[in-house]
Amino acid sequence: MASANPITSEMKPAILDEVDPVDIPRPALVENNRSFSWITEKICGIVEEKTPTWWWVCFVIACATASFTVFGLIYLVASGTGVWGLANPANWGWAIVNFVFWIGIGHAGTLISAILCLLRQKWRTSINRAAEAMTIFAVVCAAIFPVFHVGRVWMAWFLFPIPNANAIWPNFRSALLWDVFAVSTYGTVSVLFWYVGLIPDLASVRDRAKNKIRQILYGFFAMGWRGSNRHWRNYEMCYLILAGLSTPLVLSVHTIVSFDFAISLLPGWHTTIFPPYFVAGAIFSGFGMVLTLMLPLRAIYRLEDLITQYHIDCMTKIVLATGSMVGYAYSMEFFIAAYGANDFEIFAFVNRAFGNYAWAYWIMISCNVISPQLFWFKKIRENTAWVWIISIFVNIGMWFERFVIAVTTLTRDWLPSSWGYYSPTIIDIFTYVGTFGVFSVLFLLFLRFLPLMAMAEIKAVTPQADPHKH
Amino acid sequence: MAKQHGLIARFDTPADIMRAAEKVRDAGYKNWDVITPFPIHGMDPAMGLKRSLVGRFTIVGGSIGITTGMLMIWFTGGSELSLPFMDGYKLIVGGKPFFSPQFAFPVSYELTILFSAFASIGGMFILNRLPQHYHPFLKYKDVAKGTDDSFFLYIENEDPQFDEEKTRSLLDGLSPTEVGELED
Repeated sequence: MASANPITSEMKPAILDEVDPVDIPRPALVENNRSFSWITEKICGIVEEKTPTWWWVCFVIACATASFTVFGLIYLVASGTGVWGLANPANWGWAIVNFVFWIGIGHAGTLISAILCLLRQKWRTSINRAAEAMTIFAVVCAAIFPVFHVGRVWMAWFLFPIPNANAIWPNFRSALLWDVFAVSTYGTVSVLFWYVGLIPDLASVRDRAKNKIRQILYGFFAMGWRGSNRHWRNYEMCYLILAGLSTPLVLSVHTIVSFDFAISLLPGWHTTIFPPYFVAGAIFSGFGMVLTLMLPLRAIYRLEDLITQYHIDCMTKIVLATGSMVGYAYSMEFFIAAYGANDFEIFAFVNRAFGNYAWAYWIMISCNVISPQLFWFKKIRENTAWVWIISIFVNIGMWFERFVIAVTTLTRDWLPSSWGYYSPTIIDIFTYVGTFGVFSVLFLLFLRFLPLMAMAEIKAVTPQADPHKH
Repeated sequence: MAKQHGLIARFDTPADIMRAAEKVRDAGYKNWDVITPFPIHGMDPAMGLKRSLVGRFTIVGGSIGITTGMLMIWFTGGSELSLPFMDGYKLIVGGKPFFSPQFAFPVSYELTILFSAFASIGGMFILNRLPQHYHPFLKYKDVAKGTDDSFFLYIENEDPQFDEEKTRSLLDGLSPTEVGELED
């Protein structure tokens, strides 16, 4: 009988007769030895049960918050971009900061789905569905800003290479246009990847549907999936290919977003560290948001057996690692400015720490550099309340990072006669706060109608799924 | 009375259905399938299936993507060609070259990925012949278990080797939990 041990008796070194190799058990990905049907029942049960009261309360608050964005944008289009705080010299203010913030958050979802898949990190299976949904909704919130910041939004379609009456084509040398293609591709591929992952789970919900409407709606989107292994074969290949495509996508999209700044010549922006720095920062903020979302859900839906301490450990360690990379990038920027003996670059960094936006800089440093370092301590990683609080700080810090980058350089560039001070207007603030409402509305709808975890994938990584076990 | 589509056996563990699939493959059947709620590692060789062809679609999509990107950028900003409804216009930007693969790369790269993704997914659906909202298994009484926690193996009547008695005894010999019929 063939055993799983690849060492055959001809290959066995003599030492193995004397030594007994330890069988180190891997941490359980699903605790309490839950069965496949328990997993199906747990996740489908959330979709099938009556809408809980807390959901309605959150939904109403989210809609009210989202209305800020709606009214803010209507007022902006009706009155003009003067209602925002943008003015010389800071012609990029909250809009670009919010855009980069939301896109960065989105990147964690793709990392979890794609990169962790390629790295065979099986723990990704309980968070990937919700993280991918987070990505899509974050891209929606992000896209609001470049579309509306153009002022004459009805001409925003000029950004695409479509023939127009003015016979103008877009300028393909501009990083802003690269952004258009990068973010559009990112949004599209994220939706497709998420949907492809959903198909087998939609089939599960369809097969359990008690009324005809549910059966037809879920059935339509399930494409007639029946679990055939001939289908799984092509499906798994497609999934792997999408993971392989999404990996360079996530790296390139935030690289191109960083190019918005890096391909300019301004001090504090024109540095080659920007692409990896932005990508690490995006993953950092994204995992912060994943933790912010998943920890309350874990408590509310009693998902402790599916999102275990091991999962939380892995996520917090990634936050720690990427936070350290971001901290390293801050110090490198500063060092290279000093070492490069470029007076303008040196001034840019001294100004960030001690100039008139120093308050923003130090919030950024304490939230991004100091707070994730707490994750070195097991006691903190095991305390979900602390983990959640730190994840909030991570997001606050990352918003301030983009703010500091954009605004300090613009308000203190080459000529002192160009210097100024940027403040957001109340419209800026409400439009931004409202995007959290937009995100929440979409996420709540996702929780209500779609299976929030990848049931088929979770089942596949349980020990019971191993065909060589019995 | 509906015509019989095939015979179906139900199993409860991945190991059981793997062994069963190997036996059916070795018996030489061609029109048969295995239903699982998740992909089982090693089931493809157990069924005698070869590598999936989705990758061929991907490479075609990606090639179209990069070509489209470079061509579009060259045409719009690097040429003065005149096509129906569109003219190229050599945009002067600081005296820089009208076309260069370097500046054209980011957009072409994104289009490569986009078209590859569309091609992969389209290829997967085409190869799987999905959407297919009608199939005899979807009418089976235990269909919900196929996407939940049970594993099925069915052999179709259409198979040249199919014989009601012999196939049924083969299936019985695999120690399933249950053997039933699929109707057309």
